[in-house]
Amino acid sequence: MPKPDLRELPATQGQPTPEQPVSSGARPGSGARPAAKPARHPDSLKGTILKVVLLGLVDAFAVYVLMMLFLSQSWAALAVSSLVVLAINWIYLRKGGLPAKYLAPGVLFLLVFQVLVVVFSGYIAFTNYGDGHNSTKDDAISAIQLTAQKRVPDSPAYKASVLTKGNGFYLLFTDPSGKAQLGSSEDPLTEVPEAGKDSTGKANSLPGYETLKFQEIVANQQDILKITVPVSDDPADGTLRTADGSTAYQFKPALNYDAATDTFTDTETGTEYRDNGKGAFADANGETLATGWKIDVGMDNFARAFTDPSLRGPLLGVILWTFTFSIASVALTFVMGLFLAITFNREDLRGKKAYRILMILPYAFPAFLSGLVWSGILNPEFGWLNQTLLGGANIGWLTDPVLAKISVLVVNVWLGFPYMFLVCTGALQSLPSEIDEAARMDGASAWRVFRSIKLPLLLVSVAPLLISSFAFNFNNFNVIYMLTGGGPRFADTDRDIGSTDILITLVYKVAFGQGTGRDYGLASALAIIIFIIVATISAISFKQTKALEDVN
Amino acid sequence: MKVHNTLATQTTRRVFAAGAISVAAALALTACGGSASTAPSSDATKPDLKAAGAGAITMWVDAERSPALKDITEKFKSDTGIEVKLVVKDFAAVRDDFITQVPTGQGPDLIVGPHDWIGKFVQNGVIAPVELGDKAAQFQDSSIKAMTYNGAVYGVPYAIENIALLRNTSIVDSKAATLDEVVANGKKAVADGKAAFPFLVGMDPKQGDPYHLYPLQSSMGSQVFGKGADGGYDAKQLLIGDAAGVEFAKKLAAWGDAGEKIINSNITGDIAKEKFLAGESPYFLTGPWNVPDVQKKGIKFAVDELPTAGGEPAQPFIGVNGFFISAKSANALATNEFVTNYLTSESAQDSMYAAGGRPPALKASFEKAASDPVVEAFGKIGATGIPMPAIPEMSAVWADWGATELAIIKGQGDPAEAWTKMADSIKSKIGG
Repeated sequence: MPKPDLRELPATQGQPTPEQPVSSGARPGSGARPAAKPARHPDSLKGTILKVVLLGLVDAFAVYVLMMLFLSQSWAALAVSSLVVLAINWIYLRKGGLPAKYLAPGVLFLLVFQVLVVVFSGYIAFTNYGDGHNSTKDDAISAIQLTAQKRVPDSPAYKASVLTKGNGFYLLFTDPSGKAQLGSSEDPLTEVPEAGKDSTGKANSLPGYETLKFQEIVANQQDILKITVPVSDDPADGTLRTADGSTAYQFKPALNYDAATDTFTDTETGTEYRDNGKGAFADANGETLATGWKIDVGMDNFARAFTDPSLRGPLLGVILWTFTFSIASVALTFVMGLFLAITFNREDLRGKKAYRILMILPYAFPAFLSGLVWSGILNPEFGWLNQTLLGGANIGWLTDPVLAKISVLVVNVWLGFPYMFLVCTGALQSLPSEIDEAARMDGASAWRVFRSIKLPLLLVSVAPLLISSFAFNFNNFNVIYMLTGGGPRFADTDRDIGSTDILITLVYKVAFGQGTGRDYGLASALAIIIFIIVATISAISFKQTKALEDVN
Repeated sequence: MKVHNTLATQTTRRVFAAGAISVAAALALTACGGSASTAPSSDATKPDLKAAGAGAITMWVDAERSPALKDITEKFKSDTGIEVKLVVKDFAAVRDDFITQVPTGQGPDLIVGPHDWIGKFVQNGVIAPVELGDKAAQFQDSSIKAMTYNGAVYGVPYAIENIALLRNTSIVDSKAATLDEVVANGKKAVADGKAAFPFLVGMDPKQGDPYHLYPLQSSMGSQVFGKGADGGYDAKQLLIGDAAGVEFAKKLAAWGDAGEKIINSNITGDIAKEKFLAGESPYFLTGPWNVPDVQKKGIKFAVDELPTAGGEPAQPFIGVNGFFISAKSANALATNEFVTNYLTSESAQDSMYAAGGRPPALKASFEKAASDPVVEAFGKIGATGIPMPAIPEMSAVWADWGATELAIIKGQGDPAEAWTKMADSIKSKIGG
């Protein structure tokens, strides 16, 4: 560390130690603070060592990451990472700028784990990313070319050796009759009777050439795999290739790619496949080749969410049910939690602690596990509820559309009331007891005290939690997915959507479920729609709760 | 003081600016990164024998199969010096991970899985064909057929899996040929008080189970897809809605909750297994994966051929497990060597059988394994089976198929109508 720069020191400070931390510098007038309590200085020896060690660790890790990025040739990521590393070093090595030092880690993590993720899924919503549109066009072309290579029917298997001369690689083939032939991509197949053979009759050496050992073959595999030796002047006979360096077969592509016109041509039928602008090669009849690529599709995914006939109808029902589910869940859990909180808040109740622990139990189980357990309990024929409690009645708790909705709500209330119970207990206990007494002195009934005094006071602290609980239940994937899987299915759609599906399970099914294949683009678009809904409602609600605070 | 103040705010602003730049750059990276990060280094103008990437092959396996591959990977290493890194992955997510990671260059060179993944893999351009040459003849015919897609073989098979009818021999002692006989035997056992359920098959309460019910459907002459010129399934020929399919739907309703209750929509796979293990039913339609537990429980059982419901042979779906090579393997030659010359060996297939207990796909290994009568019986039934369609369109079939069967079993709606509607819906999805 260089010696502290004394020039920046305000003259009024009059302290022997240089460079007050910015916390004091940032506060106007703090210079007048008595010097009796000198702040612990960041540039003390201990602080410096700590700084060097921590920064060293961070930099060591950064160097490792940069090296990896360099090796994988990810230039853009390398540039960004280098800038970030430089910025971090600059922030922590320079003097002053304490807010930046505090903010930097948070901002960095915010960018990496929040902003980047949100921006990326936002970007996906404008693409056709999903099954069949998985990668770039170049990848798709090479994948199509790869799969288009077909072995010429009934063609023989050749034994192959890899030879090298000068800078080039050659393949030495032994056909089933024992004839040895040499060739490379440039040099056509020529017979080489002088080739040396091993005990199995496989030609493995040739004067003037060097035979590669397996390790050497592997070390040069990218070049060796590229060798295609034309079998004859007739391209229909195909080319000889080896995939493992020891056996070669006659291959002929079923499709030929012409880079100049950007078309695939079927070698048998002559059908041309062109880029159809939708991320796939298609012929005149709209038949597409299997592998496509990712393209930007603009607002298509958003338009599809509201126009796709198999999605449009159910989507409205799902949105309505999502609201019903989340509002009812919040209301019911709150009412139940509050009721229990008041009950167990009575001073004269005995064994309060034991009751409270019992109350919190559902909260302690993982929700997805509870969902599975309840799904077993509610089995119409073998479930505990029907079997034991209802004497073997066959009630389709999860299979009837209406009952399934009720079951989902009941289970969610069971899962959610302990949270509300905890929150309300806390809030109730923080209310001053004098208010209660004063109200009673004025002759108010218990109900009146609750309705006019306790509840409004309670809501001030609980309302924001109710909003966040709403947002949580709006996306309460676990309960729905594990309990009913969204079912029973709607009859009027060919998508796998059912009467207990909420938006988030719908998105999951679109993105990962069976049915029409994964469609990340559409799923991201739906996720953005959900985000807009939740954000709007939360914003409005938070504005409303400000009014509640006027009660105080 | 002022100096500090402005300095501080400037810094934060700069931090944010730097952040914004990095986000923008990262975005640009994600947009065009695929090609940048995965460009192979092919600038070897001169044979460089120390070129990178020859060190190891990565393979994604599940925990159960990983130990079985130890011997063969060690042999490969001592022969060639190349290590095969076995990365144990969660089997439920491995297919999707493979599809998303191969294009980024982060995927493995090899993956283990069932053959019906092939369609999705090819659609996404993530696997490469494998040329087995003469070795193909050493495998069970059905396993090679299953691995063939669009006329090319895409994987090296190692095990064949199919369902059969397990019979508790202490309840019913003789084999039945038709489902009617099975039902009659089962009902008699229930009437005699020897059992509680005439017949068991697990149903997913949310999605039904077309896989387990398929032998019954095929025995009535109903198929899902027709076959194209190259012998593979042709998505253009959807057969599921034909007259035979409708007949099957009607039967399904008759067997279902509102009918004879032979197939019970409330019996999940777990419940079915539990009841069979408890000796409460003479019949259990299931696969070899439940056999070890049945044996452990000490139940005397026989593996019966699948009973026909409509006079035609009851063909189960066969699932063939195998090894697939990534289309973007940086180590393609070594991987091909390992797959075609090592994993096809008898010892490799033997040890995969020893670990998984599924009938091997290699004929020589199967003959050895067939000394176990259970394996022999499952293998024999599998030989009559048909490969589960691997075409990507199949994923559009499963959900509708299962949900419709479930609704019919529950007695909801008219079976013929529901079945036809299902076929139309599948057709519209495949077409669109």
